[in-house]
This record gives sequence, structure tokens and C-alpha cells, in this order.
Amino acid sequence: MGLVPNPPGLIEQGEVLFEGRDLLKISDTEMQDVRGNGIGMIFQEPMSSLNPVLSIGRQITEPLEVHLGIGGSRALDRAAELLEMVGIGDPRRRLSDYPHQLSGGQRQRVMIAIALSCEPKLLIADEATTALDVTIQAQILELMKNLTSQLGTALMIITHNLGIIARYADRLNVMYAGKIRETGSAEEVYLNPAHPYTVGLLNSVPRLDQTESGRLDPIEGEIPDLLNLLSGCAFQPRCRFATDACKKLEPMLETAASGQRVACFESQAVANAVASARS
Amino acid sequence: MTVEAVRPDSFSTSESDSPLLSVRDLSVHFPIKRGLIVQREVARVRAVDGVSFDISAGETLGLVGESGSGKTTTAKAVIQLNKPAGGSIAFEGQELIGLSNSQMRPVRRKMGMVFQDPYGSLNPRMRAGDIVGEPLKVHGLTDSKSDHQQQIASLLTTVGLNPAMAERYPNEFSGGQRQRLGIARAIAARPDLLILDEAVSALDVSIQAQILNLLQDLQEKYRLAYLFIAHDLSVVRHVSDRIAVMYLGKIVETAQSKDLYERPLHPYTQALLSAIPTPDPVLERSRTRIILRGDAPSPLSPPPGCRFHTRCPIATERCSAVDPELRFTEPDQSVACLLADGYEVAE
Repeated sequence: MGLVPNPPGLIEQGEVLFEGRDLLKISDTEMQDVRGNGIGMIFQEPMSSLNPVLSIGRQITEPLEVHLGIGGSRALDRAAELLEMVGIGDPRRRLSDYPHQLSGGQRQRVMIAIALSCEPKLLIADEATTALDVTIQAQILELMKNLTSQLGTALMIITHNLGIIARYADRLNVMYAGKIRETGSAEEVYLNPAHPYTVGLLNSVPRLDQTESGRLDPIEGEIPDLLNLLSGCAFQPRCRFATDACKKLEPMLETAASGQRVACFESQAVANAVASARS
Repeated sequence: MTVEAVRPDSFSTSESDSPLLSVRDLSVHFPIKRGLIVQREVARVRAVDGVSFDISAGETLGLVGESGSGKTTTAKAVIQLNKPAGGSIAFEGQELIGLSNSQMRPVRRKMGMVFQDPYGSLNPRMRAGDIVGEPLKVHGLTDSKSDHQQQIASLLTTVGLNPAMAERYPNEFSGGQRQRLGIARAIAARPDLLILDEAVSALDVSIQAQILNLLQDLQEKYRLAYLFIAHDLSVVRHVSDRIAVMYLGKIVETAQSKDLYERPLHPYTQALLSAIPTPDPVLERSRTRIILRGDAPSPLSPPPGCRFHTRCPIATERCSAVDPELRFTEPDQSVACLLADGYEVAE
């Protein structure tokens, strides 16, 4: 999204290709056009992402004016349609409401309406439902999934919740200390995890469908300080499978036997351990 | 709900001895006042409205519900941090409502509390050792200075911290370590009951699992009873023997942990369970979800009749008129729903 503040943030290298264009190389004005028009984003805290002194209607019509050149009563009509689309009742009247008059779930619905207002090609939901109650979380996720598949929008869900990914994602990337450690289809990664961090995460969460509520098997230790990363694999200090090689060399993503790509020297041993623990 | 509706003997657990904590028909109201000089009450939030439950020694009762359901208010009433409008709270047979602060002090020794926010609940100007040692001092539990230091060191070791960390300040600890510190403080005075209010909710999953294991160890070691409050039903089910589900200030269902998942009776419990995705893509995609309509109503003006009827997928006209009482369908399962009997469990 080009929202990393600089300074202090600095994108040192790499490329971000969106529809073939490198977003890191385009100008601020061009990027402005991509935001909203090309990529929409929903954040965790709807209260702080919405402007408290502007009405909901104004906040939805603004991107319509800026990106699509729709103004006046046509923009308001469209805003009401959008509110209706995200399931807010009596949308006409709601246009003049301010964010504080809405509940957390409704605010997140408004955020979705704004993010989808210019029909972007990609919607990024960054912990968009984390702050919501579970029944509201389910409402919002179903809404996002249904709308994006109706509109043909790609959806990128950023979350720490393994259940949400299992339900909604086709593919997933597991990240740890700034790097992707395992990537593949949801089936590949959940059914045959091959990175010790992924395995540790899956073993850390109590599951509703498990009748035996014995002890959990968490990852030992704590998340490393990104300022003082040791050499080699960043997960190695917490890893049960770590060898001497892991302390020296940084593993690259490689295709594992079950199909996904894993950055771990011991991925075969990990996969075998998972398989034997399940049988 | 009247006291007669839930008789103490009908609600007690399978164990024959009398419960450690017995809460009956507890109500906590917050009056909303208007007026500058002469304040008059314009409304009343019934944050907790007729809640009853028991906890036996060494047992874990999970209290689950969404925001505004009254979980924390219930916990605070138990430890007498807010004043109930009615009902009874008996701890080891002693009635707590109406006790003065000085009368309450020896009782508080037997109850520890761990809060959600390990950052906000530890005094940033106190060293870890002093934080953990304060309850020992307040309740006069150590004989000498060396005994004091020794007990602090052993408490820190018990919760998995290095005794040398006693010299450090809270900001030098990570989130998980701070929560360990909070637990060490809560168990310092050797309580019989720990109230854990969203104690693991703010932690990363791997750290959360470490703390849950620690709590399990402590319970076995000291035969602690837990009142475990959380919004995450999968965590609550993992740690609890029994679970009470709250909605807008009332308990809508109580059951043994495994029964609650296998045969939830209340439509709200069913919706809660169905809303939680499990980390298994194959299972998850074949599962149908119950999606509730709308938001929970404000506790300031709860709907008439059953408080859940505005969002309930099976509500009938009667539900908007009659407030259902909590009634037993099995010896260890109770539900507050008019329709739960003839209602087939979904899925």
C-alpha cells in the first residue's frame, strides 16, 4: 500500500508487482490512484481508521469523488447502496450518522463499504475481525468472503487466527520474524505441516473438536528481538529439530514432499514427526 | 429469577462436599445519574442480573460470553470490588455481601485475581520481587526478611521465572513473563480460588499455551479452584470442568465442558460454537455456520422476554414476552430457553 512511514521505515530492496507494475517505482500520485481503485484495505481498529468528525456518508462518498469522479446526489445514492450491500439497515438515514453512533461490527461494515466502494481488484484485511466478538467476527468474515467472490476481488487476510485461515484461505504464508517460513495451499500446510513453527502454532491452540483436553504443546521461549537476530534460522533458538547447520545457515524456501514450500533444513524430519504423532 | 428457582442443592457439583464458592441470584446494577446538584437516577444498567453458580475446591468453572455479557462484573462482585444490588456470595460458607473492608481482608487472602492486561495491572515503579512480595507483607505471611526473600524466589521459580529477575521492573519483562508475574502475585498468599479474567486473551498463541499449561500445573499442585473468564470458547473449554455461558447479564446455559461442545442446548451457545473456526480446512469447509443477525442489544435497555430473542434464529412470539428461567435438562446441564427441549441440536 506504500504506507510504511519513511523515515523510519525503509524498503531496501525487492519489488511489489500489481497488475504488472512495480508499486515501489511509481510516483506518489500514481500510488494514490492504486489505493482505493486498485487495492482496498481494512484495518483492525475501525474506530481509529474512521474519521470521528465526518459523517459515514461523507467518508464513503470521498473515495467515489476522488477516484471515480462521482459527486453530489449520485455519490450519496451509491453510498447508500454500498451500506445496504454490507448489511446496514436503513442506509439512507445512516449516511448522516457519525462513527461513534455505530457499534464495532457496524463500523467494520462501513470500513468494508469504503474499501470496496471503487471496486478494487484486491482487498487487504489486516486483523480486520480481531477486535470483534466471535459472533460478529463470523458475520463480518462471511460478508467479506461473499462480497469479494461476488465482485471478483482477490482477498488477502492477515491474522494470527489459524481457524480463520483454515476456513477462508485457499493459500497461506506462515511468517516468522519477517520472513515467510512455509507457503502452500491450506490443505497442504494444515494437513502436512513441515515447518517446526507451523507445527508449534497448530499445537498451541486448544481445538473445539478435540475431546481430549490434555496439555497443550506450545513453542518454548519467546519471539526474538528483531534487532538482535542470531545468524542462521531465526526460529532455531525455539526449535526442537535444530541442528548445528541451522545455527549457521539461513534456509531457503524449498518444495517439500507434501507439495508446499518450506524454509527448513529439517522439514522432512518435522513432517515425519507430525505423521507419527498423528498415527 | 427467584432464589427458589435455583436451589443450592440442585446446582452443586457432583462432589458431595459443600462448594468453595457459592453465588446465588447475584445482581449488580449501575445507576446512570443525571443532574448537576441534585442527581437523580435516569436509568439503570443491569450488568449482572440473577446469576447463580458454584465452584468446588480444585475445580475450574469457565465463564464465557461476549463483551457486555457481565463476566467481569460478576468476577469483581465475587471479590467485592463492586457492590451487588442483591443476591448472595458465600465463600467457604461465609456470606461476603455486607462485609466491611477489614472483615473482607482475610477473605481476600484466599482469593487471587489475574487480569487481562499484564501491562496495566503491574505497578511500573515496583520491582518484580516487591510486586510478588506485597501480598506476603500485607497478610503477614513471612517471619523474617530472609524468609520473605526466599518465598519470593520460590514463587518466581514456580511460575517459570528466574529468581534473579526479582530486581527488575515490569517494563523489562515480555508480555508472557508479565502474566507469569501477575500469576505469581495472585498465588503468593496461597489462595484457594483464583479468578482469571481474560488472563491469556492478550497473549500470542504460543505464549498463551505456555500460560495455560502453567495454570494447569498450579491447579494440580495447590488444588486451586479457578473461575476462568474468557470470550474464547475454545480456550475456556480446554481448561474448564464446567462452563457457564453468559449473555447480557444472565447465564443462559451451564454444562460439563464436553457436553457443551457435544450437545449445546441454547441457540446462543450453538451460534457461539459454530462461529469459532477450527484450524482444519477440510472440516471447516464442510461445516455449516449459524450466523446471528445484528449486534447484541445494549445492557441499558435489554429486550423484554428472553434477552436473546432479537438475534435468535428459532425465536417465537412467546420468547419476546416470557423471560425463560434457567432449568435443568440433565443433572449437570441447565438451559434458559423456552424451546430448548423440543429443539434438535444443529449439525
